[in-house]
Amino acid sequence: MTASALPVPRLHIVTGKGGTGKTSVAAALALSLAGPGRRALLVEVEGRQGIAPLFGAASLGYEERHLAAGAGGGEVFGQSVDADEALLDYLALFYRLGSAGRVLQKFGAIDFATTIAPGLRDILLTGKLKEAVSRAESGRMAYDAVVLDAPPTGRIVKFLNVTVESGRLAKTGPIGKHSRSVARMLHSSLTNVHLVTTPAAMPVQETVDAYKELAAADLPVGRIVLNKVAGAKSGEVTEDELEAGLARAGISPEPALLAGLMAEYGSAREELRAVDAYRDRLEQLGRPVEELPLLPEGVDLSGLYQLARALGGEA
Amino acid sequence: MSTDLDVDALLGDAGKHVIACCGSGGVGKTTTAASLALRAAEVHGRRAVVLTIDPAKRLAQSLGMEALDNTPRPVAGVRDGSLDAMMLDMKRTFDEVVASHTSADRAAEIFANPFYQAVSSTFSGTQEYMAMEKLGQLRATGRWDLIVLDTPPSRSALDFLDAPARLARLLDGRVIRLLSASTPGARRSMLSLMGASAAVFTRVFNKVLGGHLLTDVAEFTASLEDTFGGFRKRAEATFRALQDDQTSFLVVAAPEPAAVGEAVYFTRRLTEERMPLDGMILNRLTPVSADLSAERALGAAAQLEEADPEDPVAAVLRTHADLARRRAAEERVAARYAAACPEVPQRWLPSLGVEVVDLEDLRSFGAAAAGVHSELSAERRCPQAVENRTRPDGWPSGRESLSGPRMRGLPVRS
Repeated sequence: MTASALPVPRLHIVTGKGGTGKTSVAAALALSLAGPGRRALLVEVEGRQGIAPLFGAASLGYEERHLAAGAGGGEVFGQSVDADEALLDYLALFYRLGSAGRVLQKFGAIDFATTIAPGLRDILLTGKLKEAVSRAESGRMAYDAVVLDAPPTGRIVKFLNVTVESGRLAKTGPIGKHSRSVARMLHSSLTNVHLVTTPAAMPVQETVDAYKELAAADLPVGRIVLNKVAGAKSGEVTEDELEAGLARAGISPEPALLAGLMAEYGSAREELRAVDAYRDRLEQLGRPVEELPLLPEGVDLSGLYQLARALGGEA
Repeated sequence: MSTDLDVDALLGDAGKHVIACCGSGGVGKTTTAASLALRAAEVHGRRAVVLTIDPAKRLAQSLGMEALDNTPRPVAGVRDGSLDAMMLDMKRTFDEVVASHTSADRAAEIFANPFYQAVSSTFSGTQEYMAMEKLGQLRATGRWDLIVLDTPPSRSALDFLDAPARLARLLDGRVIRLLSASTPGARRSMLSLMGASAAVFTRVFNKVLGGHLLTDVAEFTASLEDTFGGFRKRAEATFRALQDDQTSFLVVAAPEPAAVGEAVYFTRRLTEERMPLDGMILNRLTPVSADLSAERALGAAAQLEEADPEDPVAAVLRTHADLARRRAAEERVAARYAAACPEVPQRWLPSLGVEVVDLEDLRSFGAAAAGVHSELSAERRCPQAVENRTRPDGWPSGRESLSGPRMRGLPVRS
């Protein structure tokens, strides 16, 4: 990092409509960011335990844990951040409230905090992210990159901007101060919000909407990832050619089989044309659009490394 | 052991008044809810209403839900029965609750409270309370004999189920009484009852939240106490109503590990809470129309490519092999549900291939969900899509596409 350049983004927030594969993309991104000698932290905040199964690992907890070797020889750590734990952590950290924290819990104050002000959860979660990004250990940053498997596009701006809101609400006091410092980081060039979509109408529309919302909220958008793109097929085929071809290959060209294959091939070619149209639409947003292949058998650990290579390292 | 969900029996059951579609985001909850409501009206003559949370724009348009006035409006073009539709506006619902429970002056005061503004519009979680509130309101009118509910895209599908209980716990909680009591003019002082630990508590809260915020919160919660007593009662009544057999829960999933995992988890929770779960609908299976194994297709493709590497028929065969492998992988994922929840009837649906945007699409979807050929949708708006398929009703061919998961092996084997 040169002194004059803007800081390289170190907090990568991966969002997308449900079902677009944002968790897999977040995991692949963490692998790709863990180049030689580098450490990446992969974080989830919704308690879904979506990360662990991808790595064939046991459920993640509040403690950071080694998950896998990075695609470039570094290390990837994983963590599942829970708001209640984060609140106790926060109280202990900023107010040295060892026993008083437990008093709060006994009173139902933790419950209160996450119920009456569910936004407080998001304040705590984003605050925890900031802590991980800025933590230093023995003279160097604890993590070169922090990747968040974030809430879906429908809630992402609300989630990231909660600290702007709370900073406004709590004009004085440490929550206000803390909120404003988290908000500053999230709006800085340290942060990149990546949008994951599949080549389908609704996810692409949501991505375009989310991009506009993020831009309006001054949140820095990184890449747009067009995920689950089926492989390229080519050429016109008539039913007669297909019939002859099947016969050559020793497959009996029953009418139902011919019709079925023609239908599948027709849909697949139409999908390919649609992918081009969606890519054009996404490119108009002016951000880099990266394509990831559809893995026919689903995403397992080797699939994750394949996606990580496709995303390319930034090391 | 039942493996086939009878959607028509459910929709036609006059004793069912609420059908709640639950599942994680991106599995087609809204489409499922809207198509079931439409089918309930047209095929079973119900007076139905569908309450959606965040529908896609074009679907909202075709259901006439653009008005955004937070009130159900009739859907035009429904052939039989009646169907109303509405989109939940959470801020407006919250405002309505406040307005209906207090004087105009007090309501204006609450609306002006910055904390109220934040809770009612910005903070996540409010949507779940408001969906429950709206469901209660719709039930109370008696205007509909079937309410189909699309649950909010929560961080977890469980938030919806937990919302009323959390709300009740909150309003009964010591914290809120403490805060209410700490505003000027409170009748009783909880502080004296709670003694020293309460003093610690208020000190900490003041310190953490800052004095300003505490005052806002205290005023807000005091007004909750004054005006929202009925809110809790209704939320509890709605929760109890969800438990009786007038209600049906349908778990909606897609053949992806996370969505199926969430569906399994949700099924367990519903069972624990004694909520009536009637079935699982699995959307978005890759449609496979040709009956040929992936292995055979790949072998044939390789054979053709030996003679001509550019043979277009090989591309056709490879396309099929890809689809067949995807489908087989999806079915393996989906089978986890059947293994974990063997007693829940299921319905597997291949993806329609086009975005579901109008009543005709919803009819096709509903017919497929019910497992019948869509006699209602003789013509489709999208002729190309029909040409690409093997059956005239726009659905991929094959017994396998609509039958229960256990009735066969992998459908792609020849």
